[in-house]
Amino acid sequence: MSSAPLLEVRGLNAWYGESHVLHGVDLDIREGETVTLLGRNGAGKTTTLRAIMGILRRREGVIRLRGKDLLSLPLHKVAQAGIGYVPEERGIFASLNVSENLTLPPTVSEGGMSVEEIYTLFPNLHERRSSQGTKLSGGEQQMLAIARVLRTGAKVILLDEPTEGLAPVIIQRIGDVLVALKKRGMTILLVEQNFRFAKKVADRFYLMEDGRMVNSFPGHELDARMDELHEVLGV
Amino acid sequence: MNTIFGIPTPALYGQILIGLINGSFYAMLSLGLAVIFGLLRVINFAHGAQYMLGAFAAYLLLNWLGVNYWVALVLAPLVVGVIAVVIERTMLSRLYGVDPLYGLLLTFGLALILEGAFRYWFGAAGQPYAAPSQLTGAVNLGFMFMPIYRGWVVIASLVICIGTWLLIEKTRLGAYLRAATENATLVQAFGVNVPLLLTLTYGLGAALAALAGVLAAPIYQVSPLMGSNLIIIVFAVVVVGGMGSILGAIVTGYVLGVLEGLTKVFYPEASSIVIFVIMAIVLLVRPAGLFGREE
Repeated sequence: MSSAPLLEVRGLNAWYGESHVLHGVDLDIREGETVTLLGRNGAGKTTTLRAIMGILRRREGVIRLRGKDLLSLPLHKVAQAGIGYVPEERGIFASLNVSENLTLPPTVSEGGMSVEEIYTLFPNLHERRSSQGTKLSGGEQQMLAIARVLRTGAKVILLDEPTEGLAPVIIQRIGDVLVALKKRGMTILLVEQNFRFAKKVADRFYLMEDGRMVNSFPGHELDARMDELHEVLGV
Repeated sequence: MNTIFGIPTPALYGQILIGLINGSFYAMLSLGLAVIFGLLRVINFAHGAQYMLGAFAAYLLLNWLGVNYWVALVLAPLVVGVIAVVIERTMLSRLYGVDPLYGLLLTFGLALILEGAFRYWFGAAGQPYAAPSQLTGAVNLGFMFMPIYRGWVVIASLVICIGTWLLIEKTRLGAYLRAATENATLVQAFGVNVPLLLTLTYGLGAALAALAGVLAAPIYQVSPLMGSNLIIIVFAVVVVGGMGSILGAIVTGYVLGVLEGLTKVFYPEASSIVIFVIMAIVLLVRPAGLFGREE
């Protein structure tokens, strides 16, 4: 295991307008790791992803990818530095068909999956490649949103609640895809409310509350900490 | 004989041709407006002035530098496109994210300044610009005589509109443009340089207006107010077609041009308002426009 983290976040503060929403968030992800952020609605999980990505612009602190500063970069340079973003709302474009949606994000480095490999991993997308992007089912749109960033050669994927609102059989399918991505050495930062899903893929967990990191623990401790988690998460 | 509904056919065909010519300019101008509005959310009131600049660029290139029509067709849009890029970078880009009204006011002010300056330099009267010798004369179509230059304008505008449509619907650049029109932040988060895309789009839209201006120079004469006479109608065309709809702008441009021409034949008194009556009806029945997406 390499000593320096691939993605390093230190003392990250962020604001929506005047409202201070992240308070000194620290986060490390090593290469090939899958890390999951847990927390109640409004705890700052999605905000953390948006702040790392640079969509949320009013930030202070340190965000580094392989030691390279991301905080000072304009939004489009963050993706070019090697971060792929799968937003909570999926962000499939209605005016583009499936294949155009898939090939929209520019390649940022070597080593991304080819369109053929992606269609092998997601056969439904191949079948529906000429359909309007938003005509797909929720599950297919989620797969398209994930597939879209696999082509680009991004080193880290920020994945926001990929199972939200989906049927168990689709969740299972997305879990399989994440396991396959892990095997390929992909580094993933996941926001997820679904424990059982997260347990299957996560190497480590971070627990967020009120815009702060309150705890972190390795994936195998999840079961032992269930009582504590239920208290914090109120589930 | 040779009448339809009591109208002599030559008069009818003549007005349809004039309608098609006007429609060609409505289509080319509303196309640029629609592309700019779709992506930048700016109502480009300077569009008429940019059209006028294109015509004047052709006129000045000819009279000062002896540059002919064909070269001006390339050079004038390029010059106006570069001016537009400078305007976008130095002024318009500061207004993104604030109320669209500010963009409208800025471009309206720019249009007034440009038109005022050209009126000061060249007077309000139109300057003649001769059609190139290859396109003078008329051709007998069997049912009417058509001036060759007018036929050329209709064909050229169709090629320009279809070309622009293909650029937007079928290319990678067009996919960026369509996606950024829906969600610019996400497209930029994927690594596309959206600020550059906005600059290029404004430049391209203005260059389209300038190209229309060069095509118009031999037909309407080159005058500082040629754009402001046209732009109000073009805005009506964009509204009828649906704000931001590319195909809507093109189809509506030609159709309304021909309808206006037909009105001149059948009920001339209404010809100057028919487009606005149609706009009012469309707004009542289908507020998003004929081709617009309801939001």
